[in-house]
Amino acid sequence: MNRITAGRRHPLARYAVLLLALGLLGVAYTLVVPTDDRAAASIASGKVDNVAEGKRLFEQSCSSCHGLNAEGIPDRGPSLVGVGWAAVDFQVSSGRMPMTQPGAQAPRKKPADWVNDETIKQLGAYIQSLGGGPVPPTEEQVDPAKGNRAKGGELFRANCIQCHNFVGAGGALTQGKYAPELTEATPKQIYEAMATGPQAMPVFNDSVITPDQKRDMIAYIVGLQQEPNPGGAGLGRIGPVTEGLLLWVVGISLLVLAAIWITAKKRQAQ
Amino acid sequence: MSHSDASGPADVPKAIAGPSSYLDDRLGAGNFLKRNLRKVFPDHWSFLLGEIALYSFIVLLLTGTFLTFFFKPSMEHVIYDGSYDGLKGVGMSAAYASALEISFDVRGGLLMRQMHHWAALLFVAGMMVHALRVFFTGAYRKPRELNWVIGVLMLTLALLEGLTGYSLPDDLLSGAGLRITEGVAISLPLVGTWITFFLFGGEYPGEDVISRFYSLHILLIPGILLALISAHMILMWVQKHTQMPGKGRTNNNVVGAPFYPAFMAKAGAYFMFTFGVIALLGTFGQINPIWLFGPYTPADISAGSQPDYYMGFLEGALRMMPAWEINIWGFTLPLSVLIPALVPMGIIMTGLALYPFVEQWVTGDRREHHVADRPRNNPHRTSIGVSAITFYGLLWILGANDEISWTFHISLNWTTYIGRVLIFVAPVVAYIVTYRLCLGLQRSDAAVIGHGVESGVIKRLPHGEYIEVHVPPSEDIEAHMRGKEAIPVIAGADTEPGGIPPKGLRGPIGKLKAKMSKAYGGEKIPLDDGHGHHAHGDGEHTAVGAGEDRSLTH
Repeated sequence: MNRITAGRRHPLARYAVLLLALGLLGVAYTLVVPTDDRAAASIASGKVDNVAEGKRLFEQSCSSCHGLNAEGIPDRGPSLVGVGWAAVDFQVSSGRMPMTQPGAQAPRKKPADWVNDETIKQLGAYIQSLGGGPVPPTEEQVDPAKGNRAKGGELFRANCIQCHNFVGAGGALTQGKYAPELTEATPKQIYEAMATGPQAMPVFNDSVITPDQKRDMIAYIVGLQQEPNPGGAGLGRIGPVTEGLLLWVVGISLLVLAAIWITAKKRQAQ
Repeated sequence: MSHSDASGPADVPKAIAGPSSYLDDRLGAGNFLKRNLRKVFPDHWSFLLGEIALYSFIVLLLTGTFLTFFFKPSMEHVIYDGSYDGLKGVGMSAAYASALEISFDVRGGLLMRQMHHWAALLFVAGMMVHALRVFFTGAYRKPRELNWVIGVLMLTLALLEGLTGYSLPDDLLSGAGLRITEGVAISLPLVGTWITFFLFGGEYPGEDVISRFYSLHILLIPGILLALISAHMILMWVQKHTQMPGKGRTNNNVVGAPFYPAFMAKAGAYFMFTFGVIALLGTFGQINPIWLFGPYTPADISAGSQPDYYMGFLEGALRMMPAWEINIWGFTLPLSVLIPALVPMGIIMTGLALYPFVEQWVTGDRREHHVADRPRNNPHRTSIGVSAITFYGLLWILGANDEISWTFHISLNWTTYIGRVLIFVAPVVAYIVTYRLCLGLQRSDAAVIGHGVESGVIKRLPHGEYIEVHVPPSEDIEAHMRGKEAIPVIAGADTEPGGIPPKGLRGPIGKLKAKMSKAYGGEKIPLDDGHGHHAHGDGEHTAVGAGEDRSLTH
């Protein structure tokens, strides 16, 4: 008890208390914030009719916003008639759908527990059956090794970076919308995003950017994802903002500390 | 005149004494060194901040020279065929290709490029913190006003040097900066078009701008900077350095370490520190990764395009500005570009340059000052400074509003709306808060002088009351606090209403001057203030014993 009382007046005590309080706040927040496992559902095993099974999944996990027949509900979710299997694959495999909470845009997150290749295929088959639309690309269409990286870079700079930033680090759009970072996007998802134009993104269909060009761009983006930073820490690869921050926080602080250190011993007036 | 005759110890070995007296007879350096080697430099950590800029400049010259060996300042179109796979076969300018070559194919090239860029950032940052130190301690006062103006000039040139420098590699990001430069130039009324065509040698981007910026960047601006740095240093040397108030320090002396050996060792060490920090940043922090930006084409632009931080305030002003323009008789006056490009820069740079003279005009203080002010002791100056920092800082932050919006999930539009309000409100709030803080700190000084400092010893008086014993502050601290002096007020500024003010203070401007002088100057909280107001005033002094209590004797 005495030790605690003595420690109370320690110069670092207030920081310790502050840290503790912040920690507790963080823990409380993570407990309170909603998670996305509510959509968990058991999948019937065995051979089933994809469309029928997809409809069942849809009614369970998607219909509250998109309507029982995917016709859309005003101010909640758009109609999914004609968006195609590719859109389903993109949204569900990247965890964007089902959404956890309404907002300007659905963030990428860990997919729901019931999501796997099989269920996506069933859900996709159901949506495809409603009005057609783009389908997922083949393995070969998105193989980065078959694309021309430099050519893809030129297309990437001309079409993508004004929203996604020059390395696909993401960027802000108006009214809380944003272009997400491409650091985790898989080649298939990149292709599907271009083909279907999810959320705030425009559609880059095959007449605007041919499938070959799409593969070049995928090669460039995958190259960026894998490329190390030869100059040291990448600092988020967002350009001068983090560079300036590092300069002031580390550079100037170190030099101020050095200045304090070498002038610590002072001469007195005689 | 011979050095060895005058002061050389008799036992200097002949091998040293011979050549040195030979040199001295011809250079006459002995006398100069004898006079100057013992020059005293005051000790305070903040006095070293300007040296950050000086040493960064040296690193800039060295690394910059290395870069010129390999850089080709040409906008000739080439097809890249270097070792960076992501750009193979892409058309680009020779300048960009050579910058890529420096980064990937020249041994040590990337390190040099990164150190050059970090040193440039540190150069400007060093100037900024140094200027802030000089401003807040009033070290720009007579006789140092001209040296202050030289400093402001160097800061302006450094911004220009930075702009020309980061445009050289001709990557996509630098092109965005160049495009804004063009936009500002072309928006100038009457002369805009001519200036733009002159600068770019025709329609933007033309084929000349890189080689022109190159001459400016490696020759003209560094040359002027070098001359100004020399002038700055010579003036500092001749006028001597200011010192913080303290024991034995007056307007007529300098207390500190002699140049040789103590200060020289410190300055040398500080050079090494600066060099070390730049090398550290250059090694571990990737800066300006031009290969990721790609070559410049006027049609492409990236999200999150920002200038280097020292241009951030201009970027912020531009982003925040409403889209105003005036169209008369077929002429367009694009206020949405002109105002953000010229007004903040004008306020900050002109304000900086003129401040010493405006302060003199307001206080009528023409005396020489060699003892620096503590920022709290001139509350209006400090508040003006903090207010300006707030104005600048807010614009700077808003220059990164997209990254802020992206990182912290705030609507981009709201950063703009809030910024438009804050840019007017925040400097005022900052002014008021700083002013109150300064007065509070002055009161706390007065309390220390009046009552001493808390000793941690609790005494119980005969009638049962407990008091904490206060002891007088240490000599150093007391001298430091007593270094405060009242800010002068123009004679006659406090003429009673109805009285006749002196000649210079009549008319509307004179009246304003008198009013400002009265507000700005004077003693806000005298050091003796608070003495005797304390509830336990007399009790505690008795408890310490009158003999020890110096506060009773002043």
